[in-house]
Amino acid sequence: MYKVKVYVTLRENVLDPQGNAVKGALHSLNYGEVQDVRIGKFMELIVEKSDRDIDAIVKEMCEKLLANTVIEDYRYEIEEVVVQ
Amino acid sequence: MKFAVVVFPGSNCDIDMYHAISDELGEEVEYVWHDADCLDEFDAILLPGGFSYGDYLRSGAIARFSNVMKAIKKAADDGKPILGVCNGFQILLEAGLLPGAMRRNNKLTFICRPVKLRVENNETMFTSQYERGEIITIPIAHGEGNYYCDEQTLQQLIANNQIVFRYEGENPNGSLHNIAGIVNEKGNVLGMMPHPERAVHELLGGADGLKLFQSIVTYWRDAHVVTT
Repeated sequence: MYKVKVYVTLRENVLDPQGNAVKGALHSLNYGEVQDVRIGKFMELIVEKSDRDIDAIVKEMCEKLLANTVIEDYRYEIEEVVVQ
Repeated sequence: MKFAVVVFPGSNCDIDMYHAISDELGEEVEYVWHDADCLDEFDAILLPGGFSYGDYLRSGAIARFSNVMKAIKKAADDGKPILGVCNGFQILLEAGLLPGAMRRNNKLTFICRPVKLRVENNETMFTSQYERGEIITIPIAHGEGNYYCDEQTLQQLIANNQIVFRYEGENPNGSLHNIAGIVNEKGNVLGMMPHPERAVHELLGGADGLKLFQSIVTYWRDAHVVTT
């Protein structure tokens, strides 16, 4: 079994209105140090081992569905887990 | 002429769309469920607004894998008029039938009010009954209508005259180049955030949307009805 953590965020050149609103709120809470906030999605997948390469299929899933690559970037971490 | 209104779980403008066609346009129309296999009997396909599949993951992201999307792609390839309004536009983007993507509105709020649009291109099968540059009033109702595409795509949209509607005056959602509606390169797939089906009678506050549907009928008659 694998535990896959997928992180999806708006691409750097795409303005993030939610992130900007949160940055403004943090500034008003007196955290002026905050330079930028980007809001994204975090997904956790439990994937069974198969004859398909785990890295290849996770990349495919991200490209086809989990991220919209017109406006979003993605990255992922794959961890092998032992089934109890 | 026979229209299809495609209904996804979570569509909520399907009934407005249906009645715009049956009551105001006076053409034949049927609801088609999202699992339909075939749309061959229809002359035009309408994708209504709403929140298909609860907008889970991204607006339109799940709906694009509906069974009916294969038939919609075929209808697009066949050159039939396909109109996606609001969530229908978002589905067409996710399905790759139109270029670009939607972001949250720049002010983060859901906006529901009439807006002014400029008809930028009246040489499409959806806009022939408007004047070029005509200013029309159509309601919008969305939280994610902030259209985005990369610079290369934008230049193509401009060069091919694919930007059909722009917001006139204030841009309500921050969309790139004030874009409110675009067609595909072939010109038979239109996506737009404003709701023309909500503007088909003076009792609804205006009838500026009716000409869009009349344009589709005019196009279809010119192509299919032989005059003697």
